[in-house]
Amino acid sequence: MSTLLSLRDVWVEYGDKVVLERVNLDIEEGSFVSIIGPSGAGKSSLLRIVLGQEAPTRGEILLDGMPLRPECGPDRGVVFQRYSVFPHLSVLRNTMFGIECEQAPFAARLFGARKRAAATEAEEMLRAVGLGDSLHLYPAQMSGGMQQRLAIAQALLKRPRILLLDEPFGALDPGIRADMHTLTTKLWREYSLTVIMVTHDIREAFSLGTRVLTLDKRRHDPHAPHRFGATAVYDLPLKKPASPAAS
Amino acid sequence: MRWVNRRIGRGNSILLGAIPIVLLVLFYLVVAANRHAINPSDKILPLPSGMASAMHGLLFERDQLSGQLIFWADTLASLQRLGLGLGISTLSALLVGLLLGALPPVRATFGPLVTGIAVIPPIALLPILFIAFGLGETAKVALIVIGIAPFMIRDVAAHIAALPREQLIKAQTLGASSWQVMLRVALPQAMPRLIQAVRLSLGPAWVFLISAEAIASDIGLGYRIFLVRRYLSMDIILPYVAWIALLAIVMDVALTWSSRRLFPWAHGANH
Repeated sequence: MSTLLSLRDVWVEYGDKVVLERVNLDIEEGSFVSIIGPSGAGKSSLLRIVLGQEAPTRGEILLDGMPLRPECGPDRGVVFQRYSVFPHLSVLRNTMFGIECEQAPFAARLFGARKRAAATEAEEMLRAVGLGDSLHLYPAQMSGGMQQRLAIAQALLKRPRILLLDEPFGALDPGIRADMHTLTTKLWREYSLTVIMVTHDIREAFSLGTRVLTLDKRRHDPHAPHRFGATAVYDLPLKKPASPAAS
Repeated sequence: MRWVNRRIGRGNSILLGAIPIVLLVLFYLVVAANRHAINPSDKILPLPSGMASAMHGLLFERDQLSGQLIFWADTLASLQRLGLGLGISTLSALLVGLLLGALPPVRATFGPLVTGIAVIPPIALLPILFIAFGLGETAKVALIVIGIAPFMIRDVAAHIAALPREQLIKAQTLGASSWQVMLRVALPQAMPRLIQAVRLSLGPAWVFLISAEAIASDIGLGYRIFLVRRYLSMDIILPYVAWIALLAIVMDVALTWSSRRLFPWAHGANH
């Protein structure tokens, strides 16, 4: 497998507070990387710099060997714990949003045959995440699990190079969370995705991931705890069944 | 049961809401009847019959000078000014609010200016408006706009700026440009808030309208009230005030209804 994303000597600092220090990572195409670590260890910061929401203070990030622009783009999809879907759009329109932005730069809306084509494509994706019967609901009418399914469908429709999940199942009930794990694994295999998932749930990290990274501080100065940043202290590759038949 | 937990049904809430109004009307009638028992030509607290006969002339008889039905001409003139003022304010709140809320460079550039204008008491600017625009319609509409637009702009801008950051990031990962984020994410979510801002601005808008009409006008609800004050004509002032209240309530209800109708997603899960 080839390397999709590389972080080279990445530092993230806010003022004199060091959040991440000397992070060197290579993420292979098709891998499912779970990131765990204590609160404040920079898990979300790492996700934000990969997403392009923030630029690293030092170091560089390469996607397919090219330096990453410090701005979000359609090559990296994301699902946050909350607020990932647009409350003013129905499920179908939420999912069509990505197609409409691409095909209609000025109106940001499609009409006629192109709209129908976009709707068909969106419906197909919604059926894949199990929302085929909820096309015309608004997010506020759906449960948290359904909203996260919608957020995943939105992201997958753009065929992102990397899918970033920021504690995507943190706010869900245990039963729904198990369903979402099954769905995520299924989609990861079917769409050959590369996934980076930040989570608090260690069991979830190991059961979904092909690789588990633990972020924490290697050094600790009790007089100035903010002066040392976190880095990947454990990097555990896991053996995973290659095909769904083996699981 | 604690009072904070009491739920009032629809029928009961209408009944409860009517009680203070009915009591107030009864109280007025009793006091007015007492005064009229002492002095039948009392002008301060007219009886309903007195109001009806005074209003009859304004409602149904043409004015000898202008040939207009005065009450309706007043209403039309005032509503026209109010509508223009509210319309211009709403449109500018939407456009400027959207730009200020969605684009940080625009907010940094023009935010302080809008805040500065918003803190000036609009009535203090009325002389400037009269000097600049004369005593005609423009100055009155301009007073309403200056009075309410800055508040509405700031309200809409703050609402857009407070949209969850995740939504804007998500839109960008779906390929949206700044323009598309404004058009498809910020604008639709600002609309219910805009209607709310119009509702809250209705009161101040009426204040500025009546003030402008009281100071320099020859027609309008406010003008009429201040005109007949010279003759202590409470029998005209009170119905006019009640009519203004009724118009304001109708506008408020219409705005609430249209917001629920047009943006059901913004009004809770039950849509």
